[in-house]
Amino acid sequence: MTAPVLTPDVLVVGAGPAGLTAATALAARVGQVLVLDREATAGGIPRHSDHPGYGIRDLHRFLSGPEYARRLVDRAGAAGVEVRTAATVTDWSGDRSVEVTSPQGRFRVDAGAVVLATGARERPRPARLVPGDRPAGVYTTGALQNLVHLHGGRLGGRAVVVGAELVSWSAVLTLRHAGARTVLMTTTQRHPESYAAFIVPGRAVLRVPVATRTRLTRIVGRGRLTAVEVEDLDTGRRRTVECDTLVLTGDWIPDHELARSAGLEIDRGSRGPVVDTELRTGRPGVFAVGNLVHPVDTADCAALDGRHVADPVRRWLDSPDHWDDAGVAVQVDEPLLWAAPGRFRPGGPTPARGRLLFWCRDEIRSPRLTVRQDGRTLADRRMPWPASPGRIFRAPWSVLSGARADAGPVTVSVR
Amino acid sequence: MNHQPGGAGQPWDVAVIGGGIVGCAIARELSGRELSVVLIEARDDVGDGTSKANTAILHTGFDATPGTLESRLVRRGHELLGDYAARTGIPVERTGALLVAWDAEQLAALPALRDKALHNGYQHCRLVDAAEVYRLEPHLGPGALGGLTVPDESIICTWTTNLALATDAVRRGTRLELGFSVDTVHRDGDVTVLGAAGGATVRARWVVNAAGLGADRVDALFGHHRFTVTPRRGELIVYDKLARPLVQRIVLPVPTARGKGVLVSPTIYGNVMLGPTSENIDDRTATGTTEQGLEFLLGRGRALLPALLDEEVTATYAGLRAATENSDYVVHVDAAQRYLLAGGIRSTGLTAGMAIAEHVRELLAEAGLDAPARTDVPPPPRMPNLGEAFVRPYQDAELIARDPEYGRVVCFCERVTVGEIRDALCSTVPPRTLDGLRRRTRAVNGRCQGFFCSAEVGELLAAGTRGDATGAAR
Repeated sequence: MTAPVLTPDVLVVGAGPAGLTAATALAARVGQVLVLDREATAGGIPRHSDHPGYGIRDLHRFLSGPEYARRLVDRAGAAGVEVRTAATVTDWSGDRSVEVTSPQGRFRVDAGAVVLATGARERPRPARLVPGDRPAGVYTTGALQNLVHLHGGRLGGRAVVVGAELVSWSAVLTLRHAGARTVLMTTTQRHPESYAAFIVPGRAVLRVPVATRTRLTRIVGRGRLTAVEVEDLDTGRRRTVECDTLVLTGDWIPDHELARSAGLEIDRGSRGPVVDTELRTGRPGVFAVGNLVHPVDTADCAALDGRHVADPVRRWLDSPDHWDDAGVAVQVDEPLLWAAPGRFRPGGPTPARGRLLFWCRDEIRSPRLTVRQDGRTLADRRMPWPASPGRIFRAPWSVLSGARADAGPVTVSVR
Repeated sequence: MNHQPGGAGQPWDVAVIGGGIVGCAIARELSGRELSVVLIEARDDVGDGTSKANTAILHTGFDATPGTLESRLVRRGHELLGDYAARTGIPVERTGALLVAWDAEQLAALPALRDKALHNGYQHCRLVDAAEVYRLEPHLGPGALGGLTVPDESIICTWTTNLALATDAVRRGTRLELGFSVDTVHRDGDVTVLGAAGGATVRARWVVNAAGLGADRVDALFGHHRFTVTPRRGELIVYDKLARPLVQRIVLPVPTARGKGVLVSPTIYGNVMLGPTSENIDDRTATGTTEQGLEFLLGRGRALLPALLDEEVTATYAGLRAATENSDYVVHVDAAQRYLLAGGIRSTGLTAGMAIAEHVRELLAEAGLDAPARTDVPPPPRMPNLGEAFVRPYQDAELIARDPEYGRVVCFCERVTVGEIRDALCSTVPPRTLDGLRRRTRAVNGRCQGFFCSAEVGELLAAGTRGDATGAAR
């Protein structure tokens, strides 16, 4: 049986904010745009997240996650984009060709350009190597929100949330919605890492104690979760906290399977594909956008990547012989864990929103950013905002403005 | 047809205690004769004890102790299960194994291992130098001094093996009693009455004890004190499928006086497995992982296959092996008691199971339970393929065209379709729990561990049984 072949100008893999926004922007610039998503409903992660705060930077609105997702899907449809759901891209069959499984059959897509927008997820319990039993009742925020918001699940009882970043508070809200009381949040940091603006009302309204400098050391429960053991990192003292639900939050890993099976260069820190300022990967005609590249930024910033990629994609389709992927690498020193974009051409185009993005392991209240190339200092600046674990740390693109094209990688450090 | 008891209150010809690989193989074997057979399992699924968490290797028996029952039955079992797997679709990949010596003591032990393999009737082992070791497995860490190849060692799906044997047994007429933990044993004339908590009983003329971790306890109910099962906990780490290119063979440690060590191996599902630890414990239900165990494995992994540590971990778990003070299998029949014990079966029982069943049938025949072979035995079942190296429904264009449910992927990481879950729920031995469904389909076993699909899979399961959807996430 020969599989049918679709031949859109652009294939976008992933119908979340980045993919849908890219497709909508591309529909106005090129011919046919096809978006594939393996989930039964388009919209991506915001669909799971039933609280307001979406769409600020891209749509200039203040929407709930599901409203935001619906609006992005509607805009793509209105722009003439074809969105196919329950369609899983399983393999590459060429540089810009993929194999797809869907209830409508197995088919192939041969596209002029491919935009990977496959997003990110939280590391589940095994990937975090948490020892102990394997009872039911242990979730990531995503699995919890999927269960509660999309499937109407109820929980009740006592919950412990690992993490104290934005997504962790989102988990607390979801737990409350599902009827569970969060009795403890833990963080290995000295301070809870989410925005101060959220912590104060969050603590006041939700009354959740946050144990800082604390790590999860064991999961207890045969069949159902009964307790967790946590350790104070400063004293080494361990204690048991009885609970019925455990939510592991944050600790993001991109869904990079397609990027890796394409053999694209992968950033060691983010584990996403390395892109340049035009979101181009090392493979001609293949682009990567959104939280696949920078796990994770807010949904609206991921969406703006989608808008940013449209012109480079059109340029590629207009002159497919031109794919100059040479450039200077951006490297980081700890506590920075990665930078995006990971590659740039000095004097070339600027990245999405004119920002260089980082992930920082530690809390730095008043960070001083230093950029060096071949021993030469390009920038040495005190940043007016903190670097916090659990969210993107941004720097203006101008910090790289002195870089030379004929020199080695630039290295960014922060202290 | 004589494979059901004659009427209410009539005893079964044979009760087999234990629904692991060995018990299911025995029930299948005996229900191929003119006998009525009941298979009793304490848990709520077959293959939910030691059989579910072994290292899933189809052994040649090259390293067994020559002359033992284990050596003979593993060799015979390798042949029987290899043939049965081909007929039923149990996935098997003949990856071969490579024992790697990392110090002088291990290197010196290799020739004796090759000779031992010859004594066990296996002739294809080959001694190789360090250069050949690295040619075969280029990603191994530095320091290998030499190796021994075992080209016929294979990886196999232990879950499908157990289910195929159970399915076959049930289709042959075996009655499967789940959730029946044998607490009492007494004689009523020629009949043995097995009692469970709550008062349920099973009456049988003959009893076979294949209770794995509980075999010594059941043996004691029959008045014997022949051995003690010491659960040996083995913790394992399963790495992401993206790690699969790092290792092509089962890379085995060289056993020395200081223990057996840790192996790294591809799995039949396309992952890479690192383990097991080996720790004797008291608690027969302690299948949790430990901080020390995981740290130990990471340390070994860093030395064996350094690039593995850069890959994501998909699962960690611990299995319990039924270690006893005996170095060999303990298979004894007591003709007066009409009772047979198949105990002390270690992880090699996966390979040897069908040969153990054959041996058990012969022992029972000698002891007086001789029944002619049935002429109406149904053909063996065709099992759904869980093997990554073979075509799965999501890849089968014709199958999807016939039934779109095979094109509806519900578990993205493992690419399990709604069609496969539906099939499992209406199979001969259906799952009652999410764990049962995982072992039949791979659903929820992947890298996201249910981030996307646990709720939906839970709903499908609840619709198919009366499960609990919130039990889905692990």
